Amino acid sequence: MSEELLNLTLHVWRQDGPNASGRFETYQAKEITTHMSFLEMLDVVNEELIENGKLPIAFDHDCREGICGTCGMVINGVAHGPQKLTTTCQLHMRQFNNGDEIWLEPWRASGFPVLKDLVVDRTALDRIIQAGGYISIRTGSAPEANEMPIAKAIADHAMDAAECIGCGACVAACPNASASLFTAAKISHLSLLPQGQAERQDRARQMVAQMDAEGFGGCTNHGECEEACPKGVSLRWIARMNRELVRSMVKADTPIESRKR
Amino acid sequence: MQRALTLQQTTIGKKVIMALSGLIIVGFTIGHFLGNLNLYLGPEAMDGYAEKLQSLPPLVWGTRLVLLFALGAHISSALSLWARNRQARGSRYQKRKDLATDYAARTMYWSGPILLLFIIYHLLHFTILPAHPGEVYRNVVEGFQDPLIASVYIVGNVALGFHIFHGIYSAFQTLGANHPRYNSYRRDAAIAISAAITIGNLSFPIAVLAGIVTL
Repeated sequence: MSEELLNLTLHVWRQDGPNASGRFETYQAKEITTHMSFLEMLDVVNEELIENGKLPIAFDHDCREGICGTCGMVINGVAHGPQKLTTTCQLHMRQFNNGDEIWLEPWRASGFPVLKDLVVDRTALDRIIQAGGYISIRTGSAPEANEMPIAKAIADHAMDAAECIGCGACVAACPNASASLFTAAKISHLSLLPQGQAERQDRARQMVAQMDAEGFGGCTNHGECEEACPKGVSLRWIARMNRELVRSMVKADTPIESRKR
Repeated sequence: MQRALTLQQTTIGKKVIMALSGLIIVGFTIGHFLGNLNLYLGPEAMDGYAEKLQSLPPLVWGTRLVLLFALGAHISSALSLWARNRQARGSRYQKRKDLATDYAARTMYWSGPILLLFIIYHLLHFTILPAHPGEVYRNVVEGFQDPLIASVYIVGNVALGFHIFHGIYSAFQTLGANHPRYNSYRRDAAIAISAAITIGNLSFPIAVLAGIVTL
């Protein structure tokens, strides 16, 4: 693909801190090559802001190769931008045209308070994991790989759910800011594998209770999360989570306490 | 001490309640539509059918109680989730583009209240304050001959169609029935049931307005 230079207008959400009120500010991104990634384009804009003595736009990023789940922003109303199955860092400027106006917003959800500009606090997802997204095993030297046979089909199936990188795009895209797809992917991948059976009975109840306590909304089966997910995590895991929850409620031996944030 | 968490306290449990109560109401709606087909068989059939139903108080009152309970559970869960979902977003997006949401899903919060108002009107019109008690056929035909009343029924049934299309499709998902091999049938079933009920129900006021069904 041939290289082109783009001049773009950015409308960026700027918010000084968690309790500050935010506003949009407009910047020009000049002579951006189509080979740049979206974050590299922001790096260029930030260089200029710093040169002019202004505060750079804060955004989260880490691996920049689409696997860590750290980056993420809503680009023109779509979480992670216009390209399907792509994180913001793997989105390239060739997806845009010269003269485009681009609106950049943080993930908006009560469960994800804005820390600064486009950076949100996603520790709510960590607390959902802490509530039940773990397995109890003997730690120590690595076990023999073939000690526990798992059918290829089951392993593949569990891997489909385990592809979730916890970026939070599902919450950002959901009309109800629900964390159902994230929670469902985590519950499902563990419930499918033999290692996940020990805690299976309580896992769904504990993780769903935590998800609700964090202030996320409920699922209304619109499917926006699945479309926004950079890893293509499927809505079917939400159906499985619902089955797991009903199962664990019906079979429960011990009552579970409702949770606090 | 904190209280034990019950299914209906979770967001998922509330959706399960909405799915089950919704399916009960859809089941009734199918029966209601099939019974109304008596309109096409004339006054004797229609009034006879109504009389037969009225002669079975346990059936009538049993159905009414179940429906009232289902509707109450459906609406209270919906209100609770609606309030929660509004709060969950916090600040609104300046730009927002839907990638997957269809018209029916987007308008559930509109079609729901429209349906509730329609049901109240419908009950007042035919069940609680009928113009001619006992003469069901006459009430229906005289009612639908008024274009204003007919249009209320048309709007109500269009809302019903959209609401139960998303409702049926969504209920399967909520109740955990999602499998790539069967998902297309899930959508087809939702389309077929909602289209059959809606088109069928719309045919009654239209047939009267068009003069096909007369006194």
